[in-house]
Amino acid sequence: MAIQFEPIVGRYATLTMFDRPCRVYIEEAGQGIPLLCLHTAGADGRQYRHLMTDPAITEHFRVIAFDLPWHGKSTPPVGFHDEDYQLTTTRYTDAVLTVADALELDRPALIGCSMGGRIVLHLAAHHAERFRALIGVECADHQTSWYDTTWLNRPDVHGGEICAAMVSGLVAPQSPDEYRWETLWGYMQSGPGVFKGDLYFYREDSDFRDRTALIDTAKCPLYLLTGEYDYSCTPEDTERTAAAIPGADAVIMKEQGHFPMSENPAKFREYILPVLDAIRGAG
Amino acid sequence: MSADQVAAVLARLPELVNRREPLVRRGRFFSGEFLVEADGVPVHVKVHEGRIETVEKGPFRMRAWRFAIRAEADAWLRFWEPVPAPGYHDVIAMGRLGVARLEGDLQPLMANLRYIKEVLASPRGTVGAR
Repeated sequence: MAIQFEPIVGRYATLTMFDRPCRVYIEEAGQGIPLLCLHTAGADGRQYRHLMTDPAITEHFRVIAFDLPWHGKSTPPVGFHDEDYQLTTTRYTDAVLTVADALELDRPALIGCSMGGRIVLHLAAHHAERFRALIGVECADHQTSWYDTTWLNRPDVHGGEICAAMVSGLVAPQSPDEYRWETLWGYMQSGPGVFKGDLYFYREDSDFRDRTALIDTAKCPLYLLTGEYDYSCTPEDTERTAAAIPGADAVIMKEQGHFPMSENPAKFREYILPVLDAIRGAG
Repeated sequence: MSADQVAAVLARLPELVNRREPLVRRGRFFSGEFLVEADGVPVHVKVHEGRIETVEKGPFRMRAWRFAIRAEADAWLRFWEPVPAPGYHDVIAMGRLGVARLEGDLQPLMANLRYIKEVLASPRGTVGAR
């Protein structure tokens, strides 16, 4: 019997990000409206594999996920060994727009989760004309710090173990074990200090409460989806954010945590398919 | 749910943990003592290489411990429900929610966080209805 490949295809390209050449891994599946996918902090684009293997999505969308430099199969740039990795709003925004430009995407839809959901708000405020729709999963304008991130990168605590253990409760109790542990495996694999460096953006450099007023959902529709078990970006955080943005559509997802697309893909379908249908309908 | 009931649940940790070989193996690099507190009543847990050696209810005089996990008795019962409500499903979530506190020397807790979390969750679904 012939091998049954999944439809996902990945390639590498060297793109200028973080002000220097970075070898970036990009994978995709499907055809139609481009749907650019942003992974969570300390993880990589594999979180979107279920969207890429769902014909109901890939018949109409070209689903594209890239790994930020330092993440997944994207290598850190030359010189990384003498630096502390740190993501900022400027660097993150540049990385997203660089990939969209390099792939010559025509007003893609974009979905981002957690820190990817946070940058969605910045993109909505300042780059709305570049996107046909924005989806913020586990998205809020701000988050009060709830633990000391220095625990994530120090020699007397195993980095892979602590990153996964710190986020394990962000997976909902109802999520299937298979996908719970696959999601956590991504955290176990994160390079030293990468999750912490992402959280610099998420905790220190992205208080967007000042720019929700700039978001015009008539220019670019904004959809917010948050899991009821998410205690990092809580449902209250998302509802507060949506209340400040006229026209923003917020849904609290039952039996979901902080990683809905990877922790419980079957359940996430129930929430994401109507959003994607609406984006298709708008053309 | 009273602190006495929480202590009675925690008293079962040796049987709940020590028979789970993968959990004991996960904790094989952890030997130490910590407190689990409910409504101010401490329960002292002593671990040796991943096995729960002793569980004792306080109060104590001059008892040593490295870290403490403190919550209201009611929060612990919610935590042990078969499918806990959001915020009560994880000790870190309970900390974020403000119903639990992690105190003391957190290094051994952080270095063994998955193990400690799974030890504390081991009575889940085995505690009677409130």
